[in-house]
Amino acid sequence: MIFAAYKLDIVTALSAALALRTIVSLYSYSGAGKPPMYGDYEAQRHWQEITTNLPPKDWYRNTSDNDLLYWGLDYPPLTAYHSYLLGSIARRYNASFVELYKSRGIESNEHKNFMRLTVLFADIVLYLPGLLIASLAILKQQQVKKSLLLYLIPMAFYPGQILIDNGHFQYNNISLGLCLLAIASIYKEKIYLGAFLYTSALNYKQMELYHALPFFVYMLRTCFDQKKFSTKAKTFILLALTVSSTFIVLWLPWLQSLNSISEVVGRLFPIGRGVFEDKVSNFWCAINVVYKVKDKLLNQQMAILCFGLTAAFVLPINIHLFFNKRKETFILSLVNTAMSFYLFSFQVHEKSILLVAAPAMLLFSRYPQETFWFLEATVFSMFPLFIKDGLILPFFILLFIYHVVIKQFILEHFNFLESRSTILSAISSVSVFSMFITAFISLIVPPPTKYPYIWPLLISVYSFVHFILYFGFSLKHQFMNDGNNKLKSK
Amino acid sequence: MDKSFWKIFALSSAVKILLIPAPHSTDFEVHRNWLAITHSLPINKWYVDETSQWTLDYPPFFAYFERMLAYVAYYVDKEMLNLHKLNYNTIATIYFQRCSVILMDFLYAIGVYRCLRVSNVPLKSQQYLATASLLLFNVGLLFIDHIHFQYNGFLFGILLLSISYMLEERYVLSAFIFAILLNFKHIFLYIAPAYAIYLLKFYCLAKGRNKFICITKLLVFGLIPFVISFAPFHNQMEQVLKRLFPFKRGLTHAYWAPNFWALYNVGDKVAAKLLGITTKTGPTTSSGLVKEFAPLVLPNITPRTTFVLTLLSMLPIMIKLLAYTPLRDAKATFLRAIVICSCSAFMFGWHVHEKAILMSLIPLCLLFHLYPTDAKHAFLLSVVGYFSLFPLLFETSLLVLRYALYLFYMFLMYGQMVRLYTPLRDYKTNLIENCYIYGFVLLPIYEHILSVNLNLHLSLPFLPLLLTSVYCALGVTYFFISYYLYTLGIKPVALFKSFTKIETTSKTKTKSKTRTQQINGDKVKLK
Repeated sequence: MIFAAYKLDIVTALSAALALRTIVSLYSYSGAGKPPMYGDYEAQRHWQEITTNLPPKDWYRNTSDNDLLYWGLDYPPLTAYHSYLLGSIARRYNASFVELYKSRGIESNEHKNFMRLTVLFADIVLYLPGLLIASLAILKQQQVKKSLLLYLIPMAFYPGQILIDNGHFQYNNISLGLCLLAIASIYKEKIYLGAFLYTSALNYKQMELYHALPFFVYMLRTCFDQKKFSTKAKTFILLALTVSSTFIVLWLPWLQSLNSISEVVGRLFPIGRGVFEDKVSNFWCAINVVYKVKDKLLNQQMAILCFGLTAAFVLPINIHLFFNKRKETFILSLVNTAMSFYLFSFQVHEKSILLVAAPAMLLFSRYPQETFWFLEATVFSMFPLFIKDGLILPFFILLFIYHVVIKQFILEHFNFLESRSTILSAISSVSVFSMFITAFISLIVPPPTKYPYIWPLLISVYSFVHFILYFGFSLKHQFMNDGNNKLKSK
Repeated sequence: MDKSFWKIFALSSAVKILLIPAPHSTDFEVHRNWLAITHSLPINKWYVDETSQWTLDYPPFFAYFERMLAYVAYYVDKEMLNLHKLNYNTIATIYFQRCSVILMDFLYAIGVYRCLRVSNVPLKSQQYLATASLLLFNVGLLFIDHIHFQYNGFLFGILLLSISYMLEERYVLSAFIFAILLNFKHIFLYIAPAYAIYLLKFYCLAKGRNKFICITKLLVFGLIPFVISFAPFHNQMEQVLKRLFPFKRGLTHAYWAPNFWALYNVGDKVAAKLLGITTKTGPTTSSGLVKEFAPLVLPNITPRTTFVLTLLSMLPIMIKLLAYTPLRDAKATFLRAIVICSCSAFMFGWHVHEKAILMSLIPLCLLFHLYPTDAKHAFLLSVVGYFSLFPLLFETSLLVLRYALYLFYMFLMYGQMVRLYTPLRDYKTNLIENCYIYGFVLLPIYEHILSVNLNLHLSLPFLPLLLTSVYCALGVTYFFISYYLYTLGIKPVALFKSFTKIETTSKTKTKSKTRTQQINGDKVKLK
C-alpha cells in the first residue's frame, strides 16, 4: 500500500475541508425558529414539498396548492429537479418532511440532519472534486510547478462558501461547482463540455448570469480563431447546439406554450423589488450614505441607471477579452464582470459576492496576497447575515483558521522578491485585523439610537472599499498585463 | 519559542472551539454533577453522596480540580452547581464546561512541547511538525474530549510532562508528576509498572548512585501527592476506595471494547450456538442494559482472573526492561513499555472502556518520528483504535463528521510516515495488514447501507456495534502481539522461516538498522 506523499496530502486536505463543513453543519441555519416565513432553509424544503406533490407545470404557477407568496420557486429548472430528487428521497425516509401544507416550517433535529446531509453530499460529490479538478487545470498552466495543495487549500477552506452553504443553508456548491468545472474544461480546451457545464450552472441558479458574458465571449472568440471558415461555422453551430439542447431538455415541461415559459421567466427575474434590500457592500449602498439615491429616483429609473452603469463596465471588459483571448484574461474578466454586476447592478444580495469570489479563488496562485486579502473581505462583508443566522462563532473561527493556514503555511511558499509585498503584507494584516475588531465591537457595543444601522453600514462601506480596490487591481491586470506580455514576446 | 508549534496548537484549539455545539454524552452530566457535589457538599460527603447516579469515582485531585472549576462556574451560572438540578444543560453551562476542557488542553500542549524538545528533533523539521500535528490534532482526543466530553487532554498533558522529565533524566521530578497524575485519574496505574521498573533499573541501580538514598527520595516524592490528596479522606478510605474500584460492573462495558474479552464473548456465543445452548431469560451482553454477564459455555471470568492475566502479559516486557535493555536503548524501551503496559491492561483488564486505547496511542506517537517500525505500529493501532471510538459518536449529525475527521487524521499520519521514511521499507504494511485495513471500508457500508436497506437494523440492531468491536479486537490483538515481539527483539518472520535462512534475516536486520541510524542520524538522542 504505497501512495505518493503528495496524493495523501490532497486527501488529507480534502478530508479536513469536509470535516470543517460537517462541524459548521452543527450550527443554526437561516430562519431557524422564526415563523411565519422562516428562511432559506425553509425555502429549499418548501421547494421539495412543491415539486414532489405537484406536476411540473404547476411548479412556477400560483395555484390553490402552490402559494407563490410563501417561498414560491424562483430558481431555474435544474434546482427544481434537484428539489424533486431530494424531496423524493425525503418522502421515502420520512413522508412528513414533504407533506403538502402540513410540512410547512417543520423543524426537527431529524429533518435538519437530512437537509445538512444533502448539502454535504453535494460537497463530496461535486464541489470538492470540482475544486480539485479546477486546481489541477490551473496548475497545468503554470510555468513554475508548485505543490497542488497551494492551489487547493485556499479554495477548499474558503469560509464564505462554507458559511453560506453549510451554515446559512443554500446549494451554491452546486452552481459554483458546475461553474468551476466549466472553467476547468475551458482551461483544458474542452469547450463543448465547458459550454454544457456552464449552461447547467446557469440553469441551477440564474445568478450565474454574472459569469455569462466572459463565457460567451471566450467561446465566440474560439470559433473565430479556427483557421477555415467551415470549421469556424462548425464550432459555432456545435456550441449553439450544445447550449440550446441543454436548455431544451431542462425546460421541456414548460415549452408547450409561450405563456408557461413567461411564467417561469417571470419567477426568475422579478422586477418588483428594490435596488438593494439589506445593507450590501456595493456602490449604491455606499453612495446612499452621502446621497439618498434610493429616495430621489423611481424604481424604474433606478433600474435604468443601474443597467447603464453596469454595462459601462461590463462591455469594455468583455470586448477586451474578445481581442485578448488568453486563459488568464478569461479568469480576470470573469472576476471583473461579476464584480461589476455586484457593485453596480440592480437588486443585489450580499451572498452574490460568492460569484466574484469563486473565479477570484483561481487567481490565488497568480496574485496570492491581493486575492487572499480580497477573499477575507468577502467573508467579512457577509457578517451581518451571519449574525442573523446565529453563525457568529463559526464566522470568527473559520476566518481565523483560514487566515492562519494561508498566511503561515501557504503564502510562504510563494516567494515574494519585490519589496512592495512586505508593505502590502503589513497593510493587509492591519486591514484584516481591523475587520476582526470591527466585527467584534459591533457585537458588544450597542449602536447609538440615532443610527441603529451604523454597524452593518460601517461593515458594508468598509468591505466596499476593499472590493473597489481589488476591482481596480484586477482591472489593471486585465488591461495592462497583456500589453506587457506582448512587449516581452516581441 | 517555536512559532509553528503554537500555530498548530492555535489551529487545533480553533477546531475545538468550533466543536462546542456538538452533541455531548452523559459524561457531560457526570462532570456537571461533580461540580455540584464539590461545590455544595462538605468534603467528607463527596464520596458518599448518591443524589445522582453519576457518583464521584475519580481520585481526590480530580475532585479538587472540579472544586476549583466550581469557583469560576459560580459566576457563569449558579444553577449548574445545584446538586438537584439533574441534567441541567443551559447554553452557559455547555460553554463553560466545553471551554474548561479547551483551556485545560494548554497543559497538554506544554506536555507535547516538552516531549518534542527533549527528543532533540530540530525545529521546523518534518519530524517535528509531523509529531506535533499528530499529537495536537489527535483525533481521539477530539472525539472523546471535545465531542463526547471528558477531561483527558490535560491528564495526558501531565503524563507527557512526566515522560519528558524522565527522558531528561530528572527521575524524581518525573516520578513526582506521575504520582500527581495517579491522583487525578487512577487508570494510569496500569502504566505504573513500566515507571517502577525503569526507575529501579536506570535510577536506583544505576552506576555511581547510592541505592538507599535514591529509593528514599523516590518514595518520599512519590508519596507526597498521595498524602496531600487522600489526607482529608483518611477516616473514610474504605468508602473512597469502593468508589474508585467498582468491581460490581461487568467484565465488558455495554459496548465491548475491542479487546480479548470481546473475542472471548463472541467465542462463547458461537460455541453456545453450536452446542445448542439457548440463553437464559433476561438481557444479553450486547443489549447494553445489563451490568453482569455469565458466559454460557466458557468459564466465568472474575476480576481476579483479569488481574492475573494482565500482570502476566506485562511480565515479559518488565523482564526485558529490567534485565535486557542496554543503556542506549533505555529511553525508547521505556516508551514502548508504557505502550505495552497500557495495551496489556486494555486487552485483559476488567470492564475496559474503548477510550482507554488512547493510553497506548498517545505515548506511541512519541516514537512515530524516530523509528519506522514504531511508526508503522502507531499507524496500525490508530486505524483500529480511533475507528473503535465511533460507537461513542452515534448521533446522525456526527456521522459524516466522524468519518471526515478520522480520514483526515489517518491520511495525515500515513502521509507523514511516507514523508519521513520513504527510502526505508520497515514502515510498509504487509499484505495481511493491508487487507485488514481495507476491510474497515466494509463496516460503514454494512452499518449505513446494507443493514438499513435489508431492514436488518430492526431485527439485529446491535450487529454493527458487535462487528465493529470484534473486527477492531482482531486488530488490537494483532498489534499487541506484533509490537510486543518487535519490542522484545523477536522477528516473527524469523520464527517461521527455517534455520538455514536465519543468516539472511540477520543481514537484513543489520541493514535496516544502519539505514535507520542514517535517517535518524545525530538528530535523535533517544539512546
